[in-house]
Amino acid sequence: MSRIRFETGAVTEMPALEPLLYELQRPGRTGRHVRGGEEADALIPAAFARVAPLPLPELSEPQVVRHYTHLAQLNYSVDAGMYPLGSCTMKYNPKINDRAASLPGFADIHPHQPDETVQGALRLFHELQELLAGISGMDFVTLQPAAGAHAEFTAMLMFKAYHLARGDPKRRRVIVPDSAHGTNPASAAMCGFDVTTVRSDGRGNVDLDALTAALGDDVVGFMLTNPNTLGLFEERVREVCAAVHAAGGLVYGDGANMNALLGVARPGDLGFDCVHINVHKTFSTPHGAGGPGAGPLCVKRHLEPFLPVPRVIKDGAGTYRRESLIEHPSSIGRVRSFGGNFGVLVRAYTYIRTLGEEGLVETGRDAILAANYLLALVREGYDVAYERTPMHEFVLTAAKQKTQGANGLDIAKALIDEGFHPPTVYFPLIVPEALMIEPTETEPKETLDAFAAALLRIAKRIETDPKAVHDAPVKAPLRRLDEVAAGRKPVLRYRPG
Amino acid sequence: MGQNPYSPHTDADRAAMLARVGVTSVDELLTAVPIDARGPAMGVPPGLSELEVQAHMERIAALDRTAGAGPFFIGGPVQRRYIPAAVPVLALRGEFLTAYTPYQPEVSQGTLQALWEYQSLVSELLAMDVVNSSMYDGSTAVAEAALMAVRLTGRRRVVVANEVFSQFRQTLATYAKGPELEIVEVPTRELAASPTDAACLIVQHPDAFGTLVGVRAIADAAHAAGALCVQVTEPHANALLEPPGALGVDIAVGEGQPLGIPLSFGGPHLGIIACRDALVRQMPGRIVGQTVDASGTRGFVNTLQTREQHIRREKATSNICTNEAIAAITASVYLSLMGPRSLRAAARIGVARAHALADRLARLPGVSAGTEAPFFDRFALRSPLGGGLRTALLADGIFVGEGIGRHYSGCGDGVTIQCTELTTDADIDALVAAVEGMTARRPVAAS
Repeated sequence: MSRIRFETGAVTEMPALEPLLYELQRPGRTGRHVRGGEEADALIPAAFARVAPLPLPELSEPQVVRHYTHLAQLNYSVDAGMYPLGSCTMKYNPKINDRAASLPGFADIHPHQPDETVQGALRLFHELQELLAGISGMDFVTLQPAAGAHAEFTAMLMFKAYHLARGDPKRRRVIVPDSAHGTNPASAAMCGFDVTTVRSDGRGNVDLDALTAALGDDVVGFMLTNPNTLGLFEERVREVCAAVHAAGGLVYGDGANMNALLGVARPGDLGFDCVHINVHKTFSTPHGAGGPGAGPLCVKRHLEPFLPVPRVIKDGAGTYRRESLIEHPSSIGRVRSFGGNFGVLVRAYTYIRTLGEEGLVETGRDAILAANYLLALVREGYDVAYERTPMHEFVLTAAKQKTQGANGLDIAKALIDEGFHPPTVYFPLIVPEALMIEPTETEPKETLDAFAAALLRIAKRIETDPKAVHDAPVKAPLRRLDEVAAGRKPVLRYRPG
Repeated sequence: MGQNPYSPHTDADRAAMLARVGVTSVDELLTAVPIDARGPAMGVPPGLSELEVQAHMERIAALDRTAGAGPFFIGGPVQRRYIPAAVPVLALRGEFLTAYTPYQPEVSQGTLQALWEYQSLVSELLAMDVVNSSMYDGSTAVAEAALMAVRLTGRRRVVVANEVFSQFRQTLATYAKGPELEIVEVPTRELAASPTDAACLIVQHPDAFGTLVGVRAIADAAHAAGALCVQVTEPHANALLEPPGALGVDIAVGEGQPLGIPLSFGGPHLGIIACRDALVRQMPGRIVGQTVDASGTRGFVNTLQTREQHIRREKATSNICTNEAIAAITASVYLSLMGPRSLRAAARIGVARAHALADRLARLPGVSAGTEAPFFDRFALRSPLGGGLRTALLADGIFVGEGIGRHYSGCGDGVTIQCTELTTDADIDALVAAVEGMTARRPVAAS
């Protein structure tokens, strides 16, 4: 069996591609995981019974195990190597967190069980709410949102309810900076709001004049990521928040970059009305190949009445319970079936308790140091988008390399051949040929050195032979994939024949 | 320093890194941060060793009563089902679990192929054309289906059956507050008469009480009035019941947790959303498509991305970014292992147990189990104790579903009883004996 080693620069051998489940299956091969129940067929009236075929593949268990093992080997992962995607905070995912989430007392409890039978889970909810309030500098927390974007939408609904409760229904417009994540305007639009985009200034901050000009009595609020997607701390963050507040608007904090703020500053102390936390970034829960995450939303007191239900409350006797719309009539309601992505939240709680206050402080500082160190190493080969001291990530521009004949995407693909996962590319949108790099605090100095060396080797290669990177990757399981063809004639599922 | 056990940096490393940056302390890198806000106290207790945190988590977990600890009849969207041993072993491998969204397809083929296979497997189960690679959960899939129907029809009225899971209806109502949609709840039997000016009719089959519903007539009525038909379904039912794609349904949605995903107190779970080919450009969320690489070899990529927020921003079909990919991969491992035979068997056992149990309960004085209409693997249990039966049974260590009266208007009172392949004869005996004891102690209500 071929093996892949995505360690510092050493891809030794390409793993073989894996056939589809459908190409491995043979009728009659199914295992015997469950059997019986034939008497049920007589209980289902013919008018309802399935007539359509059920062409699920039939495989033996050993085949299934090998199939997914082989597929796994085609993936790059944090467990295998550095994964410096900017704004994604791909830090190491501790295994004790996974074990905690799989304890029967957490994994084998149903959300419809009565409160008195799930006191442990509710206690964990409540403690995590309190911990996140302290970390973010906010007053109240909901753990319901399943992801950052879900928290954004939740907050937009709360902002709407807040303005309506104040008898101010004309506010219909949300402002976002041009450096914002795409989820910000999309979340505002899902809430029925119009979106105004304001430009950034020459130092990568929100242009305060442009913001002020955009503000008015029709503005719901402003959505700001800090540090922003350039990895830069907003130098006039308090003035920005004050300007929005002066216009009667609210300030939403997109907490995607919260890792940089651990022990450094709290959004609640900077003027934000609320902030979400991507626990799958800051608090080390695994990204799961795209999800699940969890997006707790931390809010100031004036937004508390509008928080979603159910809410986990601790009463005087030290018992915990879930409160519904009846106890919280101003709530926006329920934003999902149950109280949160509990299995993810257990992992985040475990991580916070493991690190403790001092460990979290060290995390923020190490993340910032790692980014600044890596930038110092690579800047001799690349231009920096904004000449400022970054926080936990930084953005290079490959505009110079593009004039030499290779673009940001080529550099990303060349990094694969060097044994690394590429950084985020072509984001933020305001930087041409953007390479957005976030090393996190868990990569050792040797790995940062090796990554920098790889990036510099690629820059050198582009200076002399830019065409050499056009074919990259050549050491991955596949060459570059044709995304245009995929979209032109979509093949979105297996069809026999 | 040395406070974060996952940090690899020695003091010597840090000193060398600071020197290369040209500063003597990280504080010199924080000049943009307002001075009075720097270095806040967060109120987090001191850190623990791994052994200490393990013991702490075990202590908290021990405060919960697990579903497997006694007779368990809670179900609904989240169901306690058998999970083959290989499911977590494979789906939670680090190569899947610790990967990011497959933005770089050349090094993410494991994720992409597994998700494409998930789309294929669930398409077949539902007999629908297209399935996306996951939503947050069943309730947000319902809400997104309604938003999709609103975009497709240009209408702002959504009609939903009372007998749709209460959590799904409540989430739909919350989502509707944003774009200010009109949500109308009617009994299922009135759905077919309600499509005027509606973007969609939302029907659940089997419904919240397990009742089988004639979806085809509702879909026909919707289409005749220019509306779409959205069916809330559940995975195992499709092994035995005619699937949405064969009933004229335009968008099928449901909670995918029963496909090998732990209960986990309500999440992370799996939102399933499927549609007809013609509607795919309005589908929310990520979709994986097949393509070829530069050498002509088959491979997989995220596709139709111009629907998505990172490209279209405020014009995207949804704001969803992070989804539940590992849950989708878990579901595909589950379906691969179960195959059609074990999947049918699991579904059949639930049906058989539910009917055997209902027959016995219905013989008790003052008790009704199910309705006149045929049901699947879940039914409403009504007795003189109403929803109070739930608390009474808990004293005997028996879990039954939520009280009906509180969550389903016009549906009377009682509790729901869910059976699955994990329901044992002993569980059934225990529930029957307990209900018999309680109803015998009380006067029978006139009915």
